[in-house]
Amino acid sequence: MYSKDIETMPEKKMKELQLERLKWSVKHAYNNVPFYKKKYDEAGFHPEQLKSLDDMRRIPFLKKQDMRDNYPYGLFAVPLNKVVRVHASSGTTGNATVVGYTKNDVEVFAEVVARSLSAYGVTENDVVQVAYGYGLFTGGLGLHYGSEKLGALTVPISGGNTPRQLMLFKDFGTTVFCATPSYALNIADYIEKNMSDYKIEDTKLRIGVFGAEPWTEAMRTEIEKRLKIDAYDIYGLSEVIGPGVSCECSEKSGLHVFEDHFYVEIINPETGEVLPEGEKGEIVYTSLTKEAFPGIRYRSRDITRLYHDSCKCGRTLVKMDKVSGRSDDMLIIRGVNVFPSQVESVLMEIEGTEPHYQIIVDRKGSLDDIEVMVEVNERIFSDEIKVMNELSKKINDKFRSVLGINAKVTLSEPGSIPRSEGKAVRVVDKRKQ
Amino acid sequence: MNVTQLSAFVANKPGHLQRVLKVLADESINIITLTIAETSDFGILRMIVNDPDKGHKVLRENNITCSITDVLALEIDDTPGSLYNALDVFAHMNLNIEYMYAFTEKREGKAVMIFRFEDVEAAKNALVGKGYNIVRKIDIIGEK
Repeated sequence: MYSKDIETMPEKKMKELQLERLKWSVKHAYNNVPFYKKKYDEAGFHPEQLKSLDDMRRIPFLKKQDMRDNYPYGLFAVPLNKVVRVHASSGTTGNATVVGYTKNDVEVFAEVVARSLSAYGVTENDVVQVAYGYGLFTGGLGLHYGSEKLGALTVPISGGNTPRQLMLFKDFGTTVFCATPSYALNIADYIEKNMSDYKIEDTKLRIGVFGAEPWTEAMRTEIEKRLKIDAYDIYGLSEVIGPGVSCECSEKSGLHVFEDHFYVEIINPETGEVLPEGEKGEIVYTSLTKEAFPGIRYRSRDITRLYHDSCKCGRTLVKMDKVSGRSDDMLIIRGVNVFPSQVESVLMEIEGTEPHYQIIVDRKGSLDDIEVMVEVNERIFSDEIKVMNELSKKINDKFRSVLGINAKVTLSEPGSIPRSEGKAVRVVDKRKQ
Repeated sequence: MNVTQLSAFVANKPGHLQRVLKVLADESINIITLTIAETSDFGILRMIVNDPDKGHKVLRENNITCSITDVLALEIDDTPGSLYNALDVFAHMNLNIEYMYAFTEKREGKAVMIFRFEDVEAAKNALVGKGYNIVRKIDIIGEK
């Protein structure tokens, strides 16, 4: 364990540490960021009123739109000469959201990533190939600094160029591979299609570190089987720090949140009301130690639940479930709540179907109409129409039994579903257009 | 020595079939005969080409979903009732034809039919006993 004292701290002691740090963090935001001061004054809240963790629910939320409105540096709490790095998330629907880090913030970022890697069993003896994109995106540099901090040999190859990734697996003796889960599957496909003489067993690969997109247990099983590795989830968001907000451990069941740096709550996304431990809802983050870019009660839109169990790994940190969807991705189709991740699970259950899919929702007259486009790969292709029709029917039946909706299944060509920056566009809701 | 068929998945939209054909044309792969089975969303293009392995390789490289399958090529007299008689052999053996299509050109005055069976060998054995001529890959695409 990388930081044993923190990672095995009794719950009560952790809460005391959190309260102490929260008082500092909320005050820091209030005193140094006009946005927070104005908002809290209007809501009748003053940092001095924060006496217990329960008082947190009196504080207004921070929303993604607030970050966009304050583009680029409006929410920074320190002068720019103290900021040593920025990251930004892509601004597909408006301004990008920009986050800043002081030297100390960069240290904390590296620390939580090093703890995560350590939880997967990575040590200084490993060769870590970082295939997340390097740049404004937090994935590449985040894993890079964490891996270096741990003392592992770090290979900053960045994303893409699959033949080169595969060559370095062999030449550099890579043991740990970090990427998006969909890229891991791309790599497996690439080997199968174009390099029949490449044996993944001949590499030293043993651990995969995957994040930056929601992925399912079925995807984990497929990645582990095809790449012959143990696959672990790393979770994070740039608005909070980047990857390393929480991580899985040897148990591969739930992610431990690094509570000494991030305070977490679960709320009902409709009402904003805080839900008791164990209930599913939207996870809300508050930074406890961040200097440059404090985030107080940031609404992540990610849907999960929080719980304490006696984890076999020995960590006492609160756990969150793998994120099962986003509250703003949730589709209501004929009154049924549908998350894209559920669609993915259905597709993954049908053998051979990798999750290149797109959901198109439209309104025909007064009825919602759902179409699921699925890209046909070689593993599900047949030269017989009969077999292809059976596949469509199987997918359709599965949707009806799992989600209770009748979806039109359209089989389509590889590459026909638009991708933005390597991530597939999962949902097109034409009802809103 | 069965005949190898190359099949490709093609969206039922303008230009998509052409894209597949361009890949084959650019690699000088000749199509000897073809058929398309279509649905409202997609079609399956099935072809007998002069170099199915190369065809398979170049289509894959261009991210076109494809496969190769063994099919049965049967020579029959170009006279009324010949196809009927050939199918009689399959019916008696209870062999289901998944699909079939014809060669566009006559071969030495005879017609050539392509059949897709679940079990090609069973179909072949049934025919050979009845004196039918199974056309070999080498007869169609020549020596390589």
